[in-house]
Amino acid sequence: MSARKNLRRMLGVPAALAASALLVAGCVSNEPPEEENDSVSQDDGAGGTANDEPGDNVVIGFSAPAADHGWMGAITRSALDTAEQYEDVELRQAEATNDVNMQISHIEQFINDGVDAIVLLPFDGDALTEVALDAMEAGIPVINVDRELSSPFASRATILGDNYGMGVSAGTYICEELGDQPDAVVAEIQGIANLPLTQDRSQGFEDALSDCGLEVSTQVAADFTIQGGETATSNLLQAEPEIDAIWNHDDDQGVGVLAAIENAGRDEFFMVGGAGSLDVMEHIQSGDSVLQATVIYPSTQAADGIKLARLIAQDKDMADLVSAGAPHTIQLYAPVVTADNVDQYLDLGFRS
Amino acid sequence: MTRPLAEPPADTEKHDGTRRRAWLHGAAGRNLGLVVALLLLCVFGVISGGERFANIDNVMTILRLAAVIGVLAIGMTFVITSGGIDLSVGSVMGLTTVWATTLATQSMAENSHWIVIVSTALVVGIAAGAINGVIIAYGRVVPFIATLAMLASARGLAEMISNRQTQRVESGAFIDFFRSEPLGIPILVWIFAAVAVAGWFLLNRTTFGRRTVAIGGNAEASRLAGIKVQRHTLYIYALAGLTAGIAGVMMLGRTTAGTSTHGMLYELDAIAAVVVGGTLLIGGRGTIVGTVFGVLIFTILTNVFTINNMSTSAQLVAKGAIIVAAVLLQQRFANRSKST
Repeated sequence: MSARKNLRRMLGVPAALAASALLVAGCVSNEPPEEENDSVSQDDGAGGTANDEPGDNVVIGFSAPAADHGWMGAITRSALDTAEQYEDVELRQAEATNDVNMQISHIEQFINDGVDAIVLLPFDGDALTEVALDAMEAGIPVINVDRELSSPFASRATILGDNYGMGVSAGTYICEELGDQPDAVVAEIQGIANLPLTQDRSQGFEDALSDCGLEVSTQVAADFTIQGGETATSNLLQAEPEIDAIWNHDDDQGVGVLAAIENAGRDEFFMVGGAGSLDVMEHIQSGDSVLQATVIYPSTQAADGIKLARLIAQDKDMADLVSAGAPHTIQLYAPVVTADNVDQYLDLGFRS
Repeated sequence: MTRPLAEPPADTEKHDGTRRRAWLHGAAGRNLGLVVALLLLCVFGVISGGERFANIDNVMTILRLAAVIGVLAIGMTFVITSGGIDLSVGSVMGLTTVWATTLATQSMAENSHWIVIVSTALVVGIAAGAINGVIIAYGRVVPFIATLAMLASARGLAEMISNRQTQRVESGAFIDFFRSEPLGIPILVWIFAAVAVAGWFLLNRTTFGRRTVAIGGNAEASRLAGIKVQRHTLYIYALAGLTAGIAGVMMLGRTTAGTSTHGMLYELDAIAAVVVGGTLLIGGRGTIVGTVFGVLIFTILTNVFTINNMSTSAQLVAKGAIIVAAVLLQQRFANRSKST
């Protein structure tokens, strides 16, 4: 198989994953799904590389926080869907919990069971580090997703989103749209303000804006909930009678943000979202609201973790890399979705 | 279950009580439903999980998970037996983990001994409990409201102190101690056992315990009988605070990190374990043994669910159903032993 073909197949993976997820979720047609991307091969189920050929049977333990947020729900759903596509993967899913005591116990159970790999999205990276070390010492590779463990010995591989990069992407987009108005009013609606991930996003946003001479005029914080988004935005709109652009960090809280904007009857600005929910992508596609773009924070990270765990457990190399062994750290890209390219990303959107 | 004081008169009503009925009617009888529920769970665990359930590593995993909530539930047993409720134990526990891992505490511990971390957590726990007690006993605020206020403010204070960040325990000796396993049993389990035994002794074999039951049965009669009800109430909430502090230290040992999110909703887990265990929510009767059973039932449930790879949502539904089943079973046994 040529490298070029490999690459095309790799690119087809997310599309195929999302397509099959959608199929499961609610496509009522009995017709086979239309092939939009001819690089996706239908017969091997997962659509991808030679690595997708069935290998040794592996048991993967999966543990993540409670799905109390659209993005987190999508994380778990996509992980389960991905595992489903491999006949050689048995996925053990621990009860999703925001209690680190409980999550530690689940990892201990995986260790007792002697699973072949653990995919762990910790509620709190620091608190789960010790038990992840135990797993690694027991010879079980830990694939750490999204929130980093605090010891380099606690995981075999780490998959992260790019929070700083989200800010940069959002800021760069706003710069392109407003670059010729040096005194434009730019507002920012954060998630939970004192989380490191929020600070990273804001720093990236500030850095990108300063590149074109803009700065954040008003910054408010919600709390990743619809209710919080509504409250924070109502206050913001009161404080700023004239706005040119808003970046909202999170599409889940964005439902509340949009509600507040519509209640206030404001539309003199455009808004950029964050995370990439299906709802927001549909708004972007139809152009029926102030939402003009969103920045993706992949909800498929844990699904990537499952794939990586399988490769590591089966001792395979990663396709499209020349070097041996699965990589140690992968940081995912944070692309901007606009009306021009939304069709390409629609399959990756999640229902909040 | 609606008559808190039905117990002692029922004893005298029992005219043809054989030895067996007396046994059934006593504490063992009340716990029979729990034992049956626990056994059924274990049988189900062995059938569905086999070796994976019935092996010593898994038993230790279960006990380690049970330990933290277990300690909270022992303190809660006293509060509920006295006719009160403490909604703040989870928050107070979070606060103790944060306070015990501040830079100031940790550098003090570094210069002396890690026991500083432990005593800080215990003192913070007792203080928070004592504040609850003062407000309830002397301010005459109902326990539900007073501890609800503490639930909110302890969590808030923890967030302020930690700036909502996770604080790692730097003391290697502290971590080593809490990861040690004397006689092959994790230290957390030893602590839980010690607290349970101490709690059982305190409730069943001391004046303190008898006064707690008396106040729960009838506070006014207790006052007339010469018990200093207010002072005793203060002690009980301070005791619950102390167990929150102990649980906080255990949580630190287990996670090696203090954060304001520790112990979220633990008060409900503790209350559920206490009530499923057979302690009356309106006071006047309490059982430490029952509480330990209650805690174990919940923990084994979680364990068996995970072994069977049940979906998270199905687990929650099943959990609710089994709580109701356990309580119904327990009532059935209690009623039968009374009516025969």
